[in-house]
Amino acid sequence: MKPAAVRRTDLRYRIGLNLRAVVGRSYPRIVGANREPSWIFFEALLPLLGIAAYVFIYQAFGTRAIAAILGSSSTAPWGMCGQAPCADAAQQAAYLAMAKANTNALIASVVLGGTMVAFWLNVLWSMASQLYWEKEIGNLQLYMMAPMNRMALLGGMAVGGMVMTSMRAVSTLIAGIFVFGVLFQVADPLLLLAVFFAALVALYGLGMMFASLYLLWGREAWNLSALMEEPIFFSSGFYFPVGGLFRVPGWGPIVAIVGSFVPATFGLDALRQLTLSTTAFGGKLWIFDAKTELYILVFMAVLFLVLARYSLAYLETLAKREGKLTSRHQ
Amino acid sequence: MSYAVETRDLTRIFAGKKKRRIRRKRAASEGDEHLGPVTALDEVSIQIRDGELFGMLGPNGAGKTTLIKILATLLLPTSGQAFVAGHDVAKDPFPIRQRINMVSGGETSGYGLLTARENVWMFSQFYGVPSKVSKGRIDELMHTFGLWDKRDAKVRMLSTGQRQKMNMIRGFVTDPDILFLDEPTLGLDVNAARVIREYVTNWVRSQEGKTVLLTTHYMAEADQMCDRIAIIDNGKILACDTPDNLKRMIRTETTFRLEVDTMRDTATFSTMQGVKNFSHTDDISKNRTNLTFILEDEGPVAEILSAITSQGKKVHSLQKSEPTLEDVFISMVGRGFE
Repeated sequence: MKPAAVRRTDLRYRIGLNLRAVVGRSYPRIVGANREPSWIFFEALLPLLGIAAYVFIYQAFGTRAIAAILGSSSTAPWGMCGQAPCADAAQQAAYLAMAKANTNALIASVVLGGTMVAFWLNVLWSMASQLYWEKEIGNLQLYMMAPMNRMALLGGMAVGGMVMTSMRAVSTLIAGIFVFGVLFQVADPLLLLAVFFAALVALYGLGMMFASLYLLWGREAWNLSALMEEPIFFSSGFYFPVGGLFRVPGWGPIVAIVGSFVPATFGLDALRQLTLSTTAFGGKLWIFDAKTELYILVFMAVLFLVLARYSLAYLETLAKREGKLTSRHQ
Repeated sequence: MSYAVETRDLTRIFAGKKKRRIRRKRAASEGDEHLGPVTALDEVSIQIRDGELFGMLGPNGAGKTTLIKILATLLLPTSGQAFVAGHDVAKDPFPIRQRINMVSGGETSGYGLLTARENVWMFSQFYGVPSKVSKGRIDELMHTFGLWDKRDAKVRMLSTGQRQKMNMIRGFVTDPDILFLDEPTLGLDVNAARVIREYVTNWVRSQEGKTVLLTTHYMAEADQMCDRIAIIDNGKILACDTPDNLKRMIRTETTFRLEVDTMRDTATFSTMQGVKNFSHTDDISKNRTNLTFILEDEGPVAEILSAITSQGKKVHSLQKSEPTLEDVFISMVGRGFE
C-alpha cells in the first residue's frame, strides 16, 4: 500500500498557509458583508444622524458665541471678547475668526469621531464577539482543527473588518464633509496615515484579545459590549476633543485616563491634531503631541497583539482540556 | 503494519457543569447522575489500518463523537494515548491537522452570505490549498455530489441535504489522508444519503492510503460501507471485527421478530429461560409493538407466544431471521438503539 502523501512543514509553506488563511477568513467580511446593499443606508447614512445631533449643538454654540462677539452695546461698542468687552475692531475680528475656526474644528471633530465610531463598533460587535458566534454556528471547531496558526484566523477577521469598515467609514466621512461643509487641513499626510494605521492595528489588536475573553465569558460578554459602547464614546472623546475632560475638575481626568486604554482615544486625538492643526481650540485640548501619541499607539498595538496571541493559546488549551468551548454541544 | 489511527486505553471524562457543588447536590437529591462527571470514553483501544473504512457503531451518547474530537485534535484525553498518522494528538497536533478533515451530520457551519462554492473555498484556504487547485477540486466535487446547479446559491438558501453535500465537499477538498465522518447522513433523504455513501466508499477503495472513520447509528449504513466495525456503548468498545464476523458471533443464537398489538408490559420476557436478550419498539401509527428476541434456541418461542396471547394481544407476524448488526448490538448490550 502506498503511504499517504508527505506534507510540507517548512517555513515557506507555513507562511503561505497562514497568508492564505488570512485571505480566506477576511473574504466573507469583505465580499460577503457588502452583498447586502442595505449597509449603505444602515452603516453609512444612519450614522450621519448621530453626528448631526452633535453638529447642530456645536453650531448653536458657535452661533451664540458669534452673536455675542458681534453684538454691541453702550458698555461694549465692539462686542464681547470672552468675558470682557472687545478693545477695538481688530480684537473683535480676531475673536470672530477664532469662534468660526473653533466651531468648524468642533464639527470636524464630531465628523472624525463619528467615522471612528464605525471602527469601534466593528471591533466590539464583529471582532470581540465573533469567536462566540463562530462557536454557535459550528465554525470554531473547524477553525481549531485546521493547520493554520490561530493568529491567522484572528488576523483574517481583523483585516476583513478593517477593509469592510474603512469603506463604511470613508462613506460616512465623505457624506459628513459634504453635508456639514467641514474643512480639514492636513499638514503631514504621512504621519496622519501612520497614526491611522497604528490606531487601527491597536484597536483590532484589542478586539482580537477580547475575542478570546468573550468566548470564555459566553453570553455575559454581551453586557460588556453594551457597557463599552456609549460610555466609551464619551470617555474616549468620540464627539469632542478628549483633552477637554482633563479640564473638568474631579472626575474628568479619571474618566479620560480610563478612556485612554482604548486606542481610539489617542488615535482620535492625534488624527484631530493632524487634520485640524495643533492650534485648533487654542492648542489647549490635546493630550500629547501627535508623534508621542503615535508611539503610544504602536506600543498598544504590539501589547494587544501579544496578549491576543496568548489569550487565544490559553483558550485553545482550555477548550481541549474541558471540551466545552469549541462546540456548542459540549 | 502501519495504523492510520491507534488509541491505547483512551479515557475521556467530562467534568460536571459550572456551579458543580450545587448541581451535584441537586443531582444526588434527584438521582440524576448526568450532572456529575461523565465518562465518555472508558479505556478505548482500537487500531484502524491505512486504507480502511472503519465504522464506529453505537447509540447516542455512546462516545463516538468524543472519540472523533480527540482524534481531530479538538479534545485532550483524560488518560491514555491516541495517535493519528503516527503522531500523538496531545503532543504533536500540527502534522495531524494537515492530514485530516472532519464532517459532522447536521452541521451548520459556513456563512450564509457566501455561495456554496465560496464557502468551501474559504475552508480550503485554512489548509493552504492553492486557490486554483481548490477551485478545480470544488467544481469536480460539486458535479459528483450533484450540487453543480447550486454552486452559486447563497448557503442560507440551501436545503438540509444540499448543505450536507456542501459540508462533504468541504471535507474532501483538502484531500485529507484520514477523514472523520460523524454521522454524515443524519437527517438526509434516501437519495442524498446514497450519494454520500457511494462517494465515501469509492473514495477509500479507489485511492491508496485514504482512511475513513465513520460513526453512525444506522446499522445498514455501517454494514454496507465498513471494512470493520467497532460497537461502542457507554464509552466502552464491546466488539470490533468485520460485519460478517460480528454477525457470525451470534449465529449460534436464533433471532425472532414479532409484530404484536401494542404491549405495555414486556418485563416478563426478560426473565424467561432461553431468552438471551430482547428489544421492543412501538409503532404508534399502526398501534403495534415490534419485538426482537435473541434466543439460545427455538425452545422459548411457544412460551413467548403464550405470554403475549395471555395479555389479550394478537400476534400479527412472526419471523425467524438472519442476524443483523442490530441483533449483534442487542445481544451484547441487552437493548436496541432506541
